Amino acid sequence: MPVQWVLLLSAFLFSVGIYGVLARRNAVIVLMSIEVMLNAVNINLVAFNALLQETHLMGQIFALFVITIAAAELGVGLAIVILIYRNRTTVSIDEVSLMKW
Amino acid sequence: MVSTVKETAEALPGVIEIAWLIPVIPTVCFFLIVFFGKKLKGKGAEIGIAGIVAALALSIPVFFKTIGQLGHKDFHGYSKSVTWMEFGDKEVLELGYRIDGLTVVMLLVVCFVALMVHIYSTAYMKGEVRYTFYYAALSLFTGSMLNLVLANNLLQLLVGWEGVGVCSYLLIGHYWEEKENSNAAIKAFLTTRIGDVGFMFGIFVLFFAAKTFNIQAITEIVEEGHISNTVLTTAALLLFAGAIGKSAQFPLHVWLPDAMAGPTPVSALIHAATMVVAGVYLVARMYTVFHASPDALQVVAIIGAITMLMAALLALIQNDIKRVLAYSTISQLAYMVAALGVGAYTAGVFHIWTHAWFKALLFLGAGSVIHAVHSNNMSDMGGLKDQLPITHKTYLIGCLALAGMPGLAGFWSKDEILTGAFDSATHGSTVGWVVFISASLTAFLTACYSARMYFLTFRGNPKYDTSHVHPHESPAAMTTPLILLAVLAVAGGWIGLPGSWNQFAKWVHFGEEHAVFSFPVAAFGTLLFVGGFALGWAMFHKGKFRFDIKKSPLAWSYKLLENKYYLDDLYMGVIVRPIRDQVSRFAYWTNQNILDAVVNAGGAAALGLGKSLYKNVDQPVIDGAVNGTARITGKIGDTLKFFQTGNVQYYAAVLFIGIGISVAGFLYFN
Repeated sequence: MPVQWVLLLSAFLFSVGIYGVLARRNAVIVLMSIEVMLNAVNINLVAFNALLQETHLMGQIFALFVITIAAAELGVGLAIVILIYRNRTTVSIDEVSLMKW
Repeated sequence: MVSTVKETAEALPGVIEIAWLIPVIPTVCFFLIVFFGKKLKGKGAEIGIAGIVAALALSIPVFFKTIGQLGHKDFHGYSKSVTWMEFGDKEVLELGYRIDGLTVVMLLVVCFVALMVHIYSTAYMKGEVRYTFYYAALSLFTGSMLNLVLANNLLQLLVGWEGVGVCSYLLIGHYWEEKENSNAAIKAFLTTRIGDVGFMFGIFVLFFAAKTFNIQAITEIVEEGHISNTVLTTAALLLFAGAIGKSAQFPLHVWLPDAMAGPTPVSALIHAATMVVAGVYLVARMYTVFHASPDALQVVAIIGAITMLMAALLALIQNDIKRVLAYSTISQLAYMVAALGVGAYTAGVFHIWTHAWFKALLFLGAGSVIHAVHSNNMSDMGGLKDQLPITHKTYLIGCLALAGMPGLAGFWSKDEILTGAFDSATHGSTVGWVVFISASLTAFLTACYSARMYFLTFRGNPKYDTSHVHPHESPAAMTTPLILLAVLAVAGGWIGLPGSWNQFAKWVHFGEEHAVFSFPVAAFGTLLFVGGFALGWAMFHKGKFRFDIKKSPLAWSYKLLENKYYLDDLYMGVIVRPIRDQVSRFAYWTNQNILDAVVNAGGAAALGLGKSLYKNVDQPVIDGAVNGTARITGKIGDTLKFFQTGNVQYYAAVLFIGIGISVAGFLYFN
C-alpha cells in the first residue's frame, strides 16, 4: 500500500481535528477534536517508520508516548471542563472568555 | 660614584665577614619585641638582652681579630660593602661596614654598656608603663648606634645618626603623660636637629668635593690634597655643627640636662655609649678632614674649651643628682672634643672609652639611689652609705674615676688630654694654652663637684624623711652591672698606660702614634684632683669655707649659673618664641583667610553646581527619560491589550495561522 494513502488519511483526520477545535462551542467536543489531531500525528509517525524501515521502531515508540501524554492531558482537560460546568452550568467556550484584559 | 677604596683583596676572616650582623641583630630585635614582646614571659626584655648578648659575642672576636692585625704596616682596616642603590651607570650608593681600631673600640663600649643597661632595666623598670616598648626602643637605639659606628659611608652613618636621634626622643619622652617630659623630648630632638642640618650640608659639601660618600675614599682624596682648603674648612665646620648638636657642646648643649626626664638607665645609655658620643665619634672618624684644616680644628678646640668649663661650673650648683651627671657629661664630652681639637687624637678617643665606663656606672648608681629614696634631689639624700653598701662603694669608685684619681680609668685619659694640650701649647699654639688652662680648671672643678655629689649623697646625716622612706639595697639585677662597671672604671684605663704598655695608642691613632707622657703634667693633674676633691670634701662635708653666696659680692655669678647663663631664656626669647609666635600667627591667618576661603568657595561652588544640575539636568533629562519610557509603554499596552480576547479558540486560530505562515515561508524560501 503506497504511503500516500496513509498520509492522506492522517491529513484528513488532522483537518477534522482543527475544524473541531476552532469551530465547535462545546468544550467536550473541542477536547475530542484535540484527540483526533493527536491520533492523526500517531498515524503519521507509524507510517514514516514503516516507510523508512527503521529497525528500532522509533515511530511506534513515539506514538506510545503521544498516547500516554494525550491520556494525561485529557484527564486534566476533562477535570477543568467539569469544574467549569459545576460553577457556571455550561460548557460553552464562548462563555468562559474570562482570562483577558 | 666610583669608589676608589681598595677593598681588602684577600677573603675576610670569618667573623669579620659576618660583622654586618652586629647592628642588624638589635634592629631585628626591635621588631620582634614590638610584635611579640607582650606575649612573652619577660615582656620582651629577654629578646632585647639576647640580641645585645649576640652583638657583644660577635664584637669580641671582631675586636681581637682586628687588633691582632693592627700592628701590620699596610693594614688600614677591613671593609666590605654591597650595592644599596644604583643611579644611572656608575652612580652607586653602597651599604657596608668598615672595621678598624676606632670601630672595634666603639663596638665594645656600645655593646657592653647597652648590655649593662638592659640587665639593669629589668629591675629598675619593673612594672613601669610601656615596659615592652621601652625595651624595643632600647634595642633600636643600640642597633642604630652600632650602625653609625660600623658605617663605611656618610649616608649610612647619617641613617644611624638619625635613628639614634629618634630613639632618644622616644626614650626621653618615655613618661610623656607629663607635659614637661614630652617637652624635654621635643627639645632634645629639635636642638640636635639644628646641628643635623649642618651635618647634612657637610656631607653634601664633601660629596661634591670628593664625588663619593665613602669615608675611606674621602680620607684618601683629602690626604692626596685634591680638595681646596676653603672647601675642607667649610665641610669640617658643617660636620662639627652636627657634632655640636649631638654631643651637646656649647651653644647647643641645652637639651642634655632636660633629657634627664627619661628613665635613668636611658640616661646612662645616652651619656655613656650611644647618642652623645656619636658627635665625638664623627669628628674622630672624619679626622682627616679636620686635620687638613687648622682653622676648623681651632674652632673645635675653642668650643671644647668653652663648653667644658661652663658645664663644670653648672654641675657645681645643681641639686638634682642626674643633672650634676648631665653637666658632667657635657663637660667630659668637651674634654674629648678639645682633645681632638688640639690634635691629641688618641687621648680624645681614649677618653670616650674610659668615660663610658665610669659615666654608665655613675648613672646606674644614681638610678639605684633614686630607686631607694624616690627622689632625684640630693637635698633628699645623705647618709646612704650603710643602707646601700654596694651602690655606695661602686659610686665612690665612679666619682673618683670621674675626678681623676691616679690609677683609675679617668686619670689616664684626662692626663693624656692635658699632656696633649700642653704639648700643643708649648709648640706655640695660643689655642693650646686656652685648652690647657680651661682643662686644668675643669679638672679641678670636676674633682670638686664629684666630691660634692658623693658626700651629699652618701655621707652626712640623712635628709630624707626617715619615718617614711626606708632605703634598702637594690636587687642583684641592678647591683651586678654596677660591680662590673666599677671593675672597668678601675681597670679600663690600664690598656692606655703611658709608655710602651700603651696598647690603646696602637689600636687608635692618627698618623704617627705618639704616646706622650710627661711627669710634671701627671703630677699637676694629681694635684688638681687632690685639691678639688679636698675642697669639695671640706665645703660640702665638713662645712668649712661656707658662705651664703647669695649675699656675697659674687651673687651675680650664682644667679648667672642658676639660670644656666640665661641661654635657655635667650633661645626661648630670641629664637623660639618670636619664630613660633610669628609662624603660628601666620599659620592662623593663612588658615582663616586662605584655607577656609578656599574650602568655603569650594563648598559654595559645589552647592551651586548641584542646584543647577538638579534643575536643568536631573529633572528634565533623566527623570523625563524614565517617566517618558513608562508612559510610552503604558500607551502601547493600552492599545495592544485588545488582542487578548480570552477566547481559547481565537488563540488556537492565531497559533494555527502562525504555523501555516511559518511553514509557507519555510517552503517558499527553501
